[in-house]
Amino acid sequence: MGHYVLRRVLQMIPVFFGATLLIFLMVYSLPGDPIAAMFGDKAADPATVANLRHQYYLDQPLWKQYLHYMNNIFHLDFGTSFTGRPVSEIMADAFPVTIRLALVAFFFEIVIGLPLGLIAGLYRGSVADTLVLVLTLIVISIPVFVLGYIAQTIFAINLGWVTPTVQDSKDITQLILPGLVLASLSLAYVARLTRTSIGENLRADYMRTAVAKGLPRPTIIGRHLLRNSLIPVVTFLGTDLGALMGGAIVTEGIFNIAGVGNVLYRAINQKEGPTVVGIVTVLVLVYLVASLVVDLLYAVLDPRIRYA
Amino acid sequence: MPAGTRVRWAVVSATSVALVATGCGSSGSGSGGGSSDTSKTFTYQSSEPQNPLQPANANETGGGRIVQNLFKGLADYDPSNGKLRMQVADKIDTSDAQNYTVTLKSGWTFHDGTPVTAKSFVDAWNWAANTNNNQINSSWFADIEGYKDIHPESGSPTTDKMSGLAVQDDTHFTIKLYNKVSYFPFKLGYVAFSPLPEGFYKDPAGYGQKPVGNGPYEFVSWDHNSQVVTKTFANYQGVDKPKNGGVVFKMYTTSEAAYADLQSNNLDVMDQVPPSALANYKNDLGDRAIDAPQGAIQNIGFTLYQADWQGQDKNKVRQGLSMAIDRDTITKTVLQNSRKPASAWVAEGVDGYKAGTCGDFCTYNADKAKQLITEGGGVPGNAIKITYNADGGHKEWVDAVCNSIRQATGVNCTGDPKTDFKTARAAITGHQINGLFRTGWVQDYPLNANFLADVYRTGAASNDTGYSSPEFDKLANEADQAASVEDTATGYQKAEAQLAIDMPAIPLWYYRTNSGFSTKVQNVAFDSFGNPAWTQVEVKG
Repeated sequence: MGHYVLRRVLQMIPVFFGATLLIFLMVYSLPGDPIAAMFGDKAADPATVANLRHQYYLDQPLWKQYLHYMNNIFHLDFGTSFTGRPVSEIMADAFPVTIRLALVAFFFEIVIGLPLGLIAGLYRGSVADTLVLVLTLIVISIPVFVLGYIAQTIFAINLGWVTPTVQDSKDITQLILPGLVLASLSLAYVARLTRTSIGENLRADYMRTAVAKGLPRPTIIGRHLLRNSLIPVVTFLGTDLGALMGGAIVTEGIFNIAGVGNVLYRAINQKEGPTVVGIVTVLVLVYLVASLVVDLLYAVLDPRIRYA
Repeated sequence: MPAGTRVRWAVVSATSVALVATGCGSSGSGSGGGSSDTSKTFTYQSSEPQNPLQPANANETGGGRIVQNLFKGLADYDPSNGKLRMQVADKIDTSDAQNYTVTLKSGWTFHDGTPVTAKSFVDAWNWAANTNNNQINSSWFADIEGYKDIHPESGSPTTDKMSGLAVQDDTHFTIKLYNKVSYFPFKLGYVAFSPLPEGFYKDPAGYGQKPVGNGPYEFVSWDHNSQVVTKTFANYQGVDKPKNGGVVFKMYTTSEAAYADLQSNNLDVMDQVPPSALANYKNDLGDRAIDAPQGAIQNIGFTLYQADWQGQDKNKVRQGLSMAIDRDTITKTVLQNSRKPASAWVAEGVDGYKAGTCGDFCTYNADKAKQLITEGGGVPGNAIKITYNADGGHKEWVDAVCNSIRQATGVNCTGDPKTDFKTARAAITGHQINGLFRTGWVQDYPLNANFLADVYRTGAASNDTGYSSPEFDKLANEADQAASVEDTATGYQKAEAQLAIDMPAIPLWYYRTNSGFSTKVQNVAFDSFGNPAWTQVEVKG
């Protein structure tokens, strides 16, 4: 087990460097000159442009910029944005908001998605099963931004239960509606995945054995059926946490939440290299850690993996 | 933003009521007219500033509108007619349009209590113009003698003071310009010319996050990506005393989100309704909808530096193309009345605006268009491309213009989208465009010279077409030498007439402010900069 964890952690190092380099190259290859763009329609002043370019290290060759950037990262310096704010400060503001939003979404996925899948799987062919299938199909087929605008129109503008946008991004109760919208797609996947997995395992040998042994029904379902059926679901949920954080960009736009998606959108638009690379680097780390946790959970759920 | 661009916005503190009134029947200055509470703040749709909040560094709307409320310069533009109005300055005298003497009013202070003196201006301008301080708006000081020493084209400045500026005493200073510029005081309304308090120079970066100004509102807090809170400055000496308790600038990434908030009274005043709401916003908001003119114009420019567009009579081809565009129909249908057909190169509502300078060339006439194009020798290859930025909502009208040209003249016209504004601008300024391109101009200050000298004079910084006309330059120079601003404006009208002959760019239409406000506020009116009259907004009690 220890070797396994160590190997996984070591694997993260090349992934980290590869990912940052790729993002760096991508940001750099975006069209347009961010410094000249600061001047808008008006002609840029050459002396000021040269100065600013020097200030943001943009007058160096790309490989030097990358080395400079990585060197700074090891000193925990993520650079400064065009507004003069340290990128680390920007991230410290934005990440907690998005993490909270992602956790709200994650909570809904588990609390709503899993039971729905469980019920549908246990009572295949029933009315409840059909209902879950139809509902999830609808959710999967509607793009998130459409769902977001529908939710905003119904619950905020028509019913007036909530404000159309989030007034205070730090208030978790205001994140419930956006969280539900963000969760909707994954929620449907979780329900369907659980249903299939449970349907398969219901016919497994160990289930028949468990029933034959005369175990009480809650034990059969909880310890035997669910535990084995959750393996693919946990894989999905784990990687989904990373996806939720990155995918919040649409939801954050609709509900005007001051999170990572919001900042990232603006930074990409302005081609603000340090901010984009910094945020995406952290997102990559989140993803890596999430998949590490998934792999560890695997081992807990399925002993065969543990000894492999 | 109009044109999908980031633009400079000059200082303005109040609106031209007359402009709004003539704009449209449904433009309003309030619903009801009940009592108001001068201690209450109102919220305004904004976006996260892209630069630190320093006056000479704010050239985009997000930071610009905040800075212009925190600072107040020598002058701004009058609410009733858009003309120049004195603020900190008591008067700005000149006898030769080259040497100016500024007399300040006394009693003005910064928000930290220190007095606003002649030195506050001179030091601030010297700091802003200095290459070492990397201020985006530094070129605004280029008229002042000594600018070339403090801001050389390359290398470090040899001095930190412009020789053209001299402090006489606390309330007097003089400005000497390189050349005669009769309308120089008009430029002084721009926020880059704001004064700065002594404390600024100790920590300019820190001030950029926590500005201390002398304007109607003082800075309270900046919750990044969320809001900037200001409150009314009790000791404000300006002529436009705030009728509210302050402005809260709420950051929005999309105007759809802002519009949803406006409809449910979670936002009080917004910039511009989203395109998706243009068709319905007057129904949604009733008498709280606003439709007001803006000092901004949309054009199609020609690459006059290319052989295709040079030579005798090619101006007839350009005039013909202009006549082949059905501006009325396109603004009504594709643009849903959010623009007004242009008949000149200067936007309406601007001082010196003269309707109809473009003459018949801006009126749709398919037969005449065909005839002119033939007389001019035809369009090379009988095909043109209009380059535009795809991120600014321009595709629809570019396609419509192309259709119009194709149907009227048989010239094959297609749109040529570039990914975004940055890319399009790089291609335009780098002369990597073939034929035609979308261009536009948003006023820096409401005077026709700004629409003409800065765009069409030979070698002007924003002369994207490469237009060079000795006649135009001569008339523009004459206008600059004029004794008064009125004469300058008339002089530039003569220069504008030359544009109708040469047609370096086709004027299409003027922008409009399509906006609205919540039920919590009243007396909301927009100026030609597309800004509300901040200090005049009343919050209902």
